Amino acid sequence: MKSLEELRAIREKMQGQVGLRSEDDTGTRVVVGMATCGIASGARPVLTTLSDAVLEKGLDNVTVTQTGCIGLCQYEPIVEVMEPGKEKVTYVKMTPEKALVVVDQHLIRGQIVKEYTISEVLGS
Amino acid sequence: MYRSHVLVCGGTGCTSSGSGEIIKALQAEIEKQGLSKEICVVQTGCHGLCALGPIMIVYPEASFYSMVKVEDIPEIVEEHLLKGRVVKRLLYNETVTDSGDVKSLSDTKFYKNQHRIALRNCGVINPENIEEYIGTGGYEALGKVVTSMTPDEVIQTLIDSGLRGRGGGGFPTGIKWKLAKGNDSDQKYVCCNADEGDPGAFMDRSVLEGDPHVVLEAMAIAGYAIGANQGYIYVRAEYPIAVKRLKIAIDQAREYGLLGKDIFSSGFDFDIGLRLGAGAFVCGEETALMTSIEGKRGEPRPRPPFPAQKGLFKEPTILNNVETYANIPQIILNGPKWFASMGTEKSKGTKVFALGGKINNTGLVEIPMGTTLREVIEEIGGGIPHGKKFKAAQTGGPSGGCIPAEHFDIPIDYDNLISIGSMMGSGGLIVMDEDNCMVDIAKFFLQFTVDESCGKCTPCRIGTKRLLELLDKITKGNGTLEDLDKLEELCYYIKENSLCGLGQTAPNPVLSTLRYFKDEYLAHVVDKKCPAGVCKALLHYEIQPEKCKGCTMCARVCPAGAITGTVKHPHVIDPEKCLKCGACMEKCKFGAIIKK
Repeated sequence: MKSLEELRAIREKMQGQVGLRSEDDTGTRVVVGMATCGIASGARPVLTTLSDAVLEKGLDNVTVTQTGCIGLCQYEPIVEVMEPGKEKVTYVKMTPEKALVVVDQHLIRGQIVKEYTISEVLGS
Repeated sequence: MYRSHVLVCGGTGCTSSGSGEIIKALQAEIEKQGLSKEICVVQTGCHGLCALGPIMIVYPEASFYSMVKVEDIPEIVEEHLLKGRVVKRLLYNETVTDSGDVKSLSDTKFYKNQHRIALRNCGVINPENIEEYIGTGGYEALGKVVTSMTPDEVIQTLIDSGLRGRGGGGFPTGIKWKLAKGNDSDQKYVCCNADEGDPGAFMDRSVLEGDPHVVLEAMAIAGYAIGANQGYIYVRAEYPIAVKRLKIAIDQAREYGLLGKDIFSSGFDFDIGLRLGAGAFVCGEETALMTSIEGKRGEPRPRPPFPAQKGLFKEPTILNNVETYANIPQIILNGPKWFASMGTEKSKGTKVFALGGKINNTGLVEIPMGTTLREVIEEIGGGIPHGKKFKAAQTGGPSGGCIPAEHFDIPIDYDNLISIGSMMGSGGLIVMDEDNCMVDIAKFFLQFTVDESCGKCTPCRIGTKRLLELLDKITKGNGTLEDLDKLEELCYYIKENSLCGLGQTAPNPVLSTLRYFKDEYLAHVVDKKCPAGVCKALLHYEIQPEKCKGCTMCARVCPAGAITGTVKHPHVIDPEKCLKCGACMEKCKFGAIIKK
């Protein structure tokens, strides 16, 4: 180890990993419905796409997890984005392509992708 | 990206309850479900709740599974890791409320009042991966010290923090370093005492197994502060997991240039060697430890000269305990005020205790100094099993003393414990209930010190043996009141005349039990009774004829053939033949057999 910068580079790199192991919930949670209905309608690739994208973009404060059935089986795959202090956003009928848009627009730029949200899809 | 981390405890406790098989089964099942790229399995150090091992924590949910079995793995993987449904049935029951909600681990009684500094990374990181340690801020303190602080500033920081040696003596760490720095020499040494020998103590073991790098980092800081470039860790060979992880840690630290030449381009060199002890208790004493590192028979030598003047290889040396080192990087990073804000006036920071004996949550806890014994035992420790009554707690192992129920509310710190005739010790805390005989306990610890006395000085070698003989006489019912006086006199003689800490503290268990439980000694001597029903020579088993149905069960299990009687008629025990093993009492369905 030749310098503190070198040490900090390793620390930054590892923070995404070990940072997950804490109970503080100040970060954004992205939750994918992974019950039988979700898996059957293709939630697995959505989940992996999301977690890969979050890593690739270096979004340290975002965790991607899965949850059970929330009762809207015909709208699966469902992805919920929960940001501290904000109302939960529910995206329905997701695909890996749509997931990438959500990462890009919502998680990075903070703009909700209206056309994928449950209110838009149900309303139309 | 791993979206979920599964942490499985690989400390000694959980390893012996089968965490190795759990990890294998988990990896196989994750592979089978095609989740290998999403879920990582991490083997960590001790989480503290050893009684409930093997322990598994799943992040980011922080679900705490206890007593995990291999059969449970497929369900956990499919339900929790794939579908995201926490398997409540298998969670640590304290984390599930009556209404079925899951609460945070830090809200449970066991963890709520703990404050983890020395155990900060234990159970959180993979101890065999240096990058995980760096990821939690590891080696930052070493970097800060060698690039921006002078040795005097480092020492002053420690003095201001109020950190005292966690091995038991409680000597201020900063002062120790200052003394060693003040002695000029071309060669100085930094040693780490990892020869944890007290029965029932496993604090240092858990730090080494769960976070070995913290010790390496702190030793390098010490080397910089006192002007040493070589360190030695003296660890017992009976700690195979700790030894293995230390070896890996030292190799990785060298590979990353955090040990070796020119650390952080500062011109500071430091390296660490590992020395394995063969398990003699006396080698935990500082001078004996250094003699042993030198390759000689582990015997203490008189002080002065103190190690800070002439220690290892007759050079200025500092020796600190594992837990002391584990606090240091955090003190450097957070500052002395932060550390001094915890604890009591003269005892700062936290202390790790290994809870053992008659307590529900056997395991490892770290609490701020000044926490009361009641809180430790009733809240964190979950109380005493089977609703039994608390009698005393032994701190400091064979060198310490007992704390009776009357001092249940005493805030635990160095000086308070000494004032009531015990000592902090390295942190073993053995809880005893009404079924423990205090004379027998004193005898147990004396047996240990007699075995472990190195034999160099007479007061310890012969004195402890005579003490044990007296105790043996008392527990056999042959003691006299005169023996009690002799016992006490001999205790003080040994304390005052022994060469090293082993002998000087060996009589403490006798003195403190005499002080608080004189009535039990008197019962043995005068009434020839053991009130707790432990000392075999003083009790006998009897069958109450009115309760005995004559089922013959007791006669059949008696290994000595001491029970006679005919079917459907009350049986009798022949006291001459009876071995007092208690097998008959265990088997009797009618509660007809009593112990007196």
